[in-house]
Amino acid sequence: MAALITHSPILIIAIPLLAAFLTLPIGRAGGKARNVLVIASLAFVEFLVIILARDIYLNGIHIYTLGATSPELTLPGGAMVPIRIILEVDAMSIFMGIIWATVSLAAAIYSLSHMARETGQNRFYTLLLLMVAGCFGMIFTGDLFNLFVFLEIASISGAALIAFRTRFADAVEGGFKYIVISAVAGLIFLFGVGLLYAQYNSLNIGFLANAMQYSTLDIIALTLFLMSLTIKTGMVPLHMWYPDSYTVAPANITAMLVITSHACMYAVFRICFSLYGITLDATTVGWIIVIIGLLTMFVGVTMAVFQTDVMRFMSYHAISQMGYMWMGVGVGLAVLGNPEALATYGRDAISGGIFHILNHAMYKPLLFMTAGALFHRTGTRDLNKMGGLGHNMKFTLILYIIGTLSIAGIPPLNGFASKFLIYESVYQFNPVLAVVAMLVSIITLASFTKAFQSAFTGPQLPEYKDVKEVPKPMLIGMGILAAGIIFTSIFPGLIVERIVNPATDALINQAAYVNGIMGGGMP
Amino acid sequence: MEHIPLNFPFLAAALLVGISLYILIFKKNLIKLIMGIAMLAAGVNLFLVSLGFRAGGAAPIYTNVTEGPMVMPVPQALTLTSIVINVAVLALMLTMAIHIYRHTGSLDSEKSRKMKG
Repeated sequence: MAALITHSPILIIAIPLLAAFLTLPIGRAGGKARNVLVIASLAFVEFLVIILARDIYLNGIHIYTLGATSPELTLPGGAMVPIRIILEVDAMSIFMGIIWATVSLAAAIYSLSHMARETGQNRFYTLLLLMVAGCFGMIFTGDLFNLFVFLEIASISGAALIAFRTRFADAVEGGFKYIVISAVAGLIFLFGVGLLYAQYNSLNIGFLANAMQYSTLDIIALTLFLMSLTIKTGMVPLHMWYPDSYTVAPANITAMLVITSHACMYAVFRICFSLYGITLDATTVGWIIVIIGLLTMFVGVTMAVFQTDVMRFMSYHAISQMGYMWMGVGVGLAVLGNPEALATYGRDAISGGIFHILNHAMYKPLLFMTAGALFHRTGTRDLNKMGGLGHNMKFTLILYIIGTLSIAGIPPLNGFASKFLIYESVYQFNPVLAVVAMLVSIITLASFTKAFQSAFTGPQLPEYKDVKEVPKPMLIGMGILAAGIIFTSIFPGLIVERIVNPATDALINQAAYVNGIMGGGMP
Repeated sequence: MEHIPLNFPFLAAALLVGISLYILIFKKNLIKLIMGIAMLAAGVNLFLVSLGFRAGGAAPIYTNVTEGPMVMPVPQALTLTSIVINVAVLALMLTMAIHIYRHTGSLDSEKSRKMKG
């Protein structure tokens, strides 16, 4: 068990990677065997993530040096520079890890039925597992170049999955947009990595943070990083591709893509807090993130109001909800240099933003999956053509209501808990921001009510008279996420205290992150 | 090599990146777009590999150590990895361009667009 915990960071990346290439030979034996392999490997990864999380909350940052005699040995033989590939998993990384493991498991179970009518399913699961491995790599790595490599693995497999149903012209178009955007973003990121390497001769985030001078070149590198990663998360001036790609992907893949964009967001936080940290001109960068977040949430929601395609409508809401997280964490970043403000509201703002990632990562995939369920049974994504589906799809209806109430921030549900934390702390920073955030929340509720009304209520339409409830695997996939939402809604205090606050402290405490690498010389 | 100024490769990289950004923003043909991305990749790779260059350096093979400086091995490893990744990206993009052409009969990004708003 102890060995399993020690080696779990690399196992979590390696198991999906190996399983990805096993799906083809095993898939020849039969679809059942392949499905068992996919679900079993993802369930085992989920188990590893949970035991690793427990260990991290008890014993602090977990370092894994590949190829070293002992995993903690980052500086062998008294070296000054960490020379091996290092994975560094702290409370923030494992927080993202828990989310990603759970959502990918739910999405894989969901796809057992949702993709059952497609051809080439072996390759579908290969790509899905590659995407799982790539995203875990992005979250766990302690090295900028590996971040780029895993980002590209996640992007390439993601684009192939978006365009998987090549019989639809729009699916290929969405996939093409995604790969173009990802390739450009990845290369811009690599350029920034090169600039940092030119100055400090290292790629390790902990080492770079220790040596960081914040010279002009570092500022250019920071700008490049922010540009590339905000393209990938779909922040507002660069959001045009986002609804196009997310609409046309299979719903389970859209659910996973939401978390990939959260992983890019995680990379922004990691770069701002752990790589640049105190050397950063925190007020300026913080305000830039806050203002872009504000624009993101407002433009996203106003674009969503008049959409008639159910997936497109939800994609714009996904953009809008990202704005809350940017705002919360941006406010925290803006007061990073001011310990008093950080203690009174900055830390709460970051916690609110991070807690909102958790909530968004549950209700948004759930909503995308219910939209996929509607598409699965009706064959259309157009809200105007649907109607009266609540008569036959009762479970989907209930799951949709849970998701809607949560995204709109209706009090007993988890969306309220995180949004309230953001309103409360952001109000102390600047009241206008909190007011806009609340306004956006109201418009969100209004537009989701409209979509609910046109899809589920009303008389039964003749063409959908024989529509049945979706198959069990889809319900189980959605049920996992709904159970997570209900659990978080009942115990928000517990979640904030046990999972969210350690993640916030891991972001703020740059010294601990650096020490994880630079203090590893002792054998 | 002494006749070439040391920052010449960086200028070439900047030129490649600049041209590719122009292509990405102003060209409508999907194949030209893909070529633009290939050029951007070439520019970034050139930048990376020239970071490790040391004037008069030898190849960094430790079983065959020569006198004088060696060029840095890490940027070369990075460049190789980046080239491999870009091959995959370009192959995938070309596949998608073929599918788009089959569906719409056009490679013009204005004409083959289905989604708006």
